[in-house]
Amino acid sequence: MTTTRTVRAGGTGAGVPPGLEPATAELLLALADDDFVLGFADSEWTGIAPHLEEDVAMSSLAQDELGHANAYYALLAGLTDGDPDQIAYDRPAEAFRHSRLVDHGRGDWARTMTRRWLYDTANAIRLEALAHSSWRPLAELVVKVRREEAYHLVHGEAWLERLAQVEGEPRRRVLEALELVGPDAPSVLAPLPMEALLLDAGIQPVPGAELRDQWAARIAPVLEALELALPEPDPAALDPGRARSGHGPAFSALWTEFESVRGLDREATW
Amino acid sequence: MIAAATVQDTPHAGVVEVVRAILAEIVDPEIPAISIVDLGIVRAVTIVGRTLEVEILPTFIGCPALDLIRATVFERLEPLRTDPATGIDQVLVAISFAEPWTAARISERGRDALTASGFAPPDDDPQLVQIGRPAACPFCGSRRTVVENAFGPTRCRSINYCTECRQPFEQFKAG
Repeated sequence: MTTTRTVRAGGTGAGVPPGLEPATAELLLALADDDFVLGFADSEWTGIAPHLEEDVAMSSLAQDELGHANAYYALLAGLTDGDPDQIAYDRPAEAFRHSRLVDHGRGDWARTMTRRWLYDTANAIRLEALAHSSWRPLAELVVKVRREEAYHLVHGEAWLERLAQVEGEPRRRVLEALELVGPDAPSVLAPLPMEALLLDAGIQPVPGAELRDQWAARIAPVLEALELALPEPDPAALDPGRARSGHGPAFSALWTEFESVRGLDREATW
Repeated sequence: MIAAATVQDTPHAGVVEVVRAILAEIVDPEIPAISIVDLGIVRAVTIVGRTLEVEILPTFIGCPALDLIRATVFERLEPLRTDPATGIDQVLVAISFAEPWTAARISERGRDALTASGFAPPDDDPQLVQIGRPAACPFCGSRRTVVENAFGPTRCRSINYCTECRQPFEQFKAG
């Protein structure tokens, strides 16, 4: 009867054409899980980043990602008549649909920054397209998300440049990070299994393959200027069936960590 | 800035004014110098039938103060529901992304309040996220300032330094 729950004007699931709920849910889950998992991984830097400013910055970036994930989960909850917290915290690890790029552990600072830059640039391309989604609640949210992500892009690119331009250990670590996570970078933009339905309805306006080309063109000048090269993609990172499943041990550990408090008492509120 | 207050199907048009006055008294929990109305996060106050709905625009999506703001708005408006003169029997507080919150939504009074409490207000440009553009120092007014960190103690604040009066200060970010 009275409520303070997040009720979005117009109703959360409103406007998704009948039959398209599962495909839309798949898209929302991909967006949300990417930000959720990356946000948790990056939050591990709080207290141990290279210097105080970066402690604050990484905490802010992580907070943004978790906020974005929460907003996507809220849209998804409206679509499926679910609860955002349950979607985030009550799923088994194998039900998460984050991309292979995000599945890697945070590693060292160079890997965190290299991965962030790859993710932020790919995510920016994806969001640029989704700002024109035919599903208004998503398009409206994405407009706001993009404004915040602009800060992330500047931060990640500044660090990649700083590390890659210093010969010796910093550059060596960037090269190692690229070698490890680079083959999985395209997984962020890999077509979703139900992409064709989303494209037909305009919920996703641009196909993943096209987004990937746009992304490659966007990052090429930066890589070139830094004399870096992205390794050949892992075939799994391009495969709709494998780009967002089959998670590794780093994610198992992260899942155990972020689920542990909730697991103590699933009914608890505060 | 409150847009589009509409009253439909209710004889109690004055209720919207009462609601506005109540909202103007609610301050931002992280910067108590400014009210949520002057901050521009109240998008709309709507009464449809017997339902009062307030739409709130987040400054930043992951703002942890959002739940507190929403709960406070609800608590302050809830008494209207038990007053039969208002004709209200339901209060909804909705978080909305119908339009992005931007610095342009901060009122003149809000900008003055921010400056008076040591925060540089963001530039009044709704189109751009401001990165690397020097803020006006809230202490001496100089634009000879630098961003020390785009990320500050809360999501909506950056850390700056004035090379003129040599004071560190915070800027409220454009969002």
